[in-house]
Amino acid sequence: MDTTYQWLAGFAQSAGLLYFVGIFLTVCCYAFWPGNRDRFEEAARTPLQED
Amino acid sequence: MSTIQTSAPQPRKSLWSKHKIFETNSIILILGVLLVVSVGGLVEIAPLFYLKNTIEKVTGMRPYTPLELAGRSIYVREGCYNCHSQMIRPLRDEIERYGHYSLAAESMYDKPFQWGSKRTGPDLARVGGKYSDEWQRQHLAQPRSLVPDSIMPGYPFLAKTELKFEDIDSQLKANRVGGVPYTDEMIAQARRDLVAQATPDDPGQADLEKRYPKAQSRDYDGDPKTLTEADALIAYLQVLGTLVDFKLYDDKANIR
Amino acid sequence: MSATGYPIRQATTGEIAGILIAGASILPLIMIAALTTDPGYAFHVSLGVVAAAITIFLIANRCFSGQPGNPPQEIDGKPNYNMGPVKFGTVAAMFWGIAGFTVGLVIALQLAFPALNFDLPWTNFGRLRPLHTSAVIFAFGGNVLLATSFYVVQRTSRARLAGELAPWFVILGYNLFIVIAGTGYLLGITQGKEYAEPEWYADLWLTIVWVVYLLVFLLTLAKRKEPHIYVANWFYLGFILTIAVLHIGNNLNVPVSIFSPKSYVLWSGVQDAMFQWWYGHNAVGFFLTAGFLAIMYYFVPKRAERPVYSYRLSIIHFWALIFLYIWAGPHHLHYTALPDWAQTLGMTFSIMLWMPSWGGMINGLMTLSGAWDKLRTDPVLRMMVVSLAFYGMSTFEGPLMSIKAVNSLSHYTDWTIGHVHSGALGWVAYISFGAIYCLVPWLWNRKGLYSLKLVNWHFWVSTLGIVLYISAMWVSGIMQGLMWRAYTSLGFLEYSFIETVAAMKPYYVIRAMGGGLFLAGALIMVFNLWMTVRHGAESAPEAETQPKLQPQLVPAV
Repeated sequence: MDTTYQWLAGFAQSAGLLYFVGIFLTVCCYAFWPGNRDRFEEAARTPLQED
Repeated sequence: MSTIQTSAPQPRKSLWSKHKIFETNSIILILGVLLVVSVGGLVEIAPLFYLKNTIEKVTGMRPYTPLELAGRSIYVREGCYNCHSQMIRPLRDEIERYGHYSLAAESMYDKPFQWGSKRTGPDLARVGGKYSDEWQRQHLAQPRSLVPDSIMPGYPFLAKTELKFEDIDSQLKANRVGGVPYTDEMIAQARRDLVAQATPDDPGQADLEKRYPKAQSRDYDGDPKTLTEADALIAYLQVLGTLVDFKLYDDKANIR
Repeated sequence: MSATGYPIRQATTGEIAGILIAGASILPLIMIAALTTDPGYAFHVSLGVVAAAITIFLIANRCFSGQPGNPPQEIDGKPNYNMGPVKFGTVAAMFWGIAGFTVGLVIALQLAFPALNFDLPWTNFGRLRPLHTSAVIFAFGGNVLLATSFYVVQRTSRARLAGELAPWFVILGYNLFIVIAGTGYLLGITQGKEYAEPEWYADLWLTIVWVVYLLVFLLTLAKRKEPHIYVANWFYLGFILTIAVLHIGNNLNVPVSIFSPKSYVLWSGVQDAMFQWWYGHNAVGFFLTAGFLAIMYYFVPKRAERPVYSYRLSIIHFWALIFLYIWAGPHHLHYTALPDWAQTLGMTFSIMLWMPSWGGMINGLMTLSGAWDKLRTDPVLRMMVVSLAFYGMSTFEGPLMSIKAVNSLSHYTDWTIGHVHSGALGWVAYISFGAIYCLVPWLWNRKGLYSLKLVNWHFWVSTLGIVLYISAMWVSGIMQGLMWRAYTSLGFLEYSFIETVAAMKPYYVIRAMGGGLFLAGALIMVFNLWMTVRHGAESAPEAETQPKLQPQLVPAV
């Protein structure tokens, strides 16, 4: 029991944490990348621009 | 790729200017979604299959007898799990009210698990042996004749409906595909075993008890002439929580 | 011209394939229906035969009545949208909604007055409760999602739905699944897993329908004339994909035989429990949340006539939500025989889930910044905004209840039922009502709804119903939990179980009243929509809301 738990806890606290933070940062970078700003503003108007 | 970006509203872009990446975009989106959603499930589910301590070491667990299995199907069919749990939590009041907290081992042959999510009625994990067959029979047919404040529906039709069990051997076989250790002999004798368990003084009962230790054979529904759905359901209720021998169970060795 | 006066045309490849597949399935189905000993299963297989026959008739009718097999993708440079399946889904949603709310009211009354079970097999609580949950989640909610997703993906892609028969197959096939599932519960055909009750053959059918749904959605996106995939479509795609994974994962069953409706799941006990709540919780997360957030991201901006507050936030919202949700399932199994490490993981992620949930709520609410006055004049928009408030409330309550100490009190009690309904009635149903109130005038080409006053009535009647419902369940749930664990001064349990049941009665009556009001509100809505379609003034065909764009400005590559 101990070994399983310790292994899982250790894994969660190292690799797992890195994985979560990594995904979060990637998404944030994508969302806030200055080059993407205009694309997103344009996309946000999609529902209002229908024909 | 077009680099011209003007403020919205702006004219629509040509269909073809970015066609390539449009398609890759939705594929990337799919892959991203699948990647992200599969991790959680894998990490939580997969270890349950290979970590040996997921299911405790106990003595006494055996697959359901054919009659109990048929009764369990009726329990599932009538949706009893909508109001009754079969999972005693390790909390002081629950242990005093219902008995030893439930072990994973006790539902190791349950397909599907019937732990439930709501206790409109009491927990049934250890209801086996708590009430007489006669009480169960009367309570199923007319709950309020025994418990005036009960809000349980009555199931008088169970005692009037003959049990259909011509495919009980196929039922055992389907369970075996999913890992329940039914032997060839158990499957071959399934129909006989089912009848023997519900018929008083049936000669097949000795064999049944050899195959399924602690199997209780008797007429459950008070009508020895017909084998009804009430026979099967009460046989199932009476075995619930009675199989594991808690005198031999070591709580501390199985803490997870 | 044929002799009957209709121009017969050549059948398309898709039509021929449809007729062949439907035709080929009839004989095997008849054989199964004849050989099974289970009357309920025979009934379902016969339904399949009838459905196949109707399919052949409808396809043949398309050819003989001269409907174009492949209508133009564009007319006068504007997309020729395919709104037939959307209309069908909208009507079906209202029909199933009323049915599901009614069954909900019936079972609420059964808990207060058990004589209403009538002691018959097909009317007892145990069989009706899955009918209620499936009718409101999968029949009402599912049709809302199908209809709105087909609408939104077309409008935001400026492209006609991919395929001609495929969208119809999806919407009709899905509703056939609903009929099979619902009648199955009444006949006693169930897998016995909450929210996954349909048996193996219904599950197989739904898998086929769902794969076609995914393909229609993806191929429509591939045809789009917009550079960006609008965020609502991200949420729809996340919903469709994940539901496919969950559905297949949780329904890996071994049928007893092809002639039996019964099956046994491949795993047992604790593994089955984990699979089930991985599925069950994410049915909430991806069906009832992601799908309806897609509705929010299209219909709230559209109705408020302003873009979503922050598109960037919506992207972070999407990834954070789908990433965190998938882990939260084990909070349904606190203190059970599920190993502790899994429970802890589930609790941790459930608490974190609070963040993206509120991010999404804020994004929706702030879309109205600068247009709050519209809430006074537009009851439809008000309904959608209140739905976001309920979303915020239940996504705060959820993480709270996933904390093990709280859960030890709330689990197995009516508190859970109250929590679910604050989300289901307040969030899912209200955002759906809002979307349908928007859709019906658009689809049937009406200037507006028959009566905004009636929308107002619907809003207030059903809001009162929700408040009665959830407060009754909070009180009864917490009371029940406390009574179960109450001790006398001598150290004995204070209440027998049946005393706690008797104490619930007044709250069950109040809850039923709340449900009755909610149903009354929905009936007002149906009347309003009916009058809109039948008697509403037609909107002028060219008087679209947006000024036409000049196509000649499109730059060539």
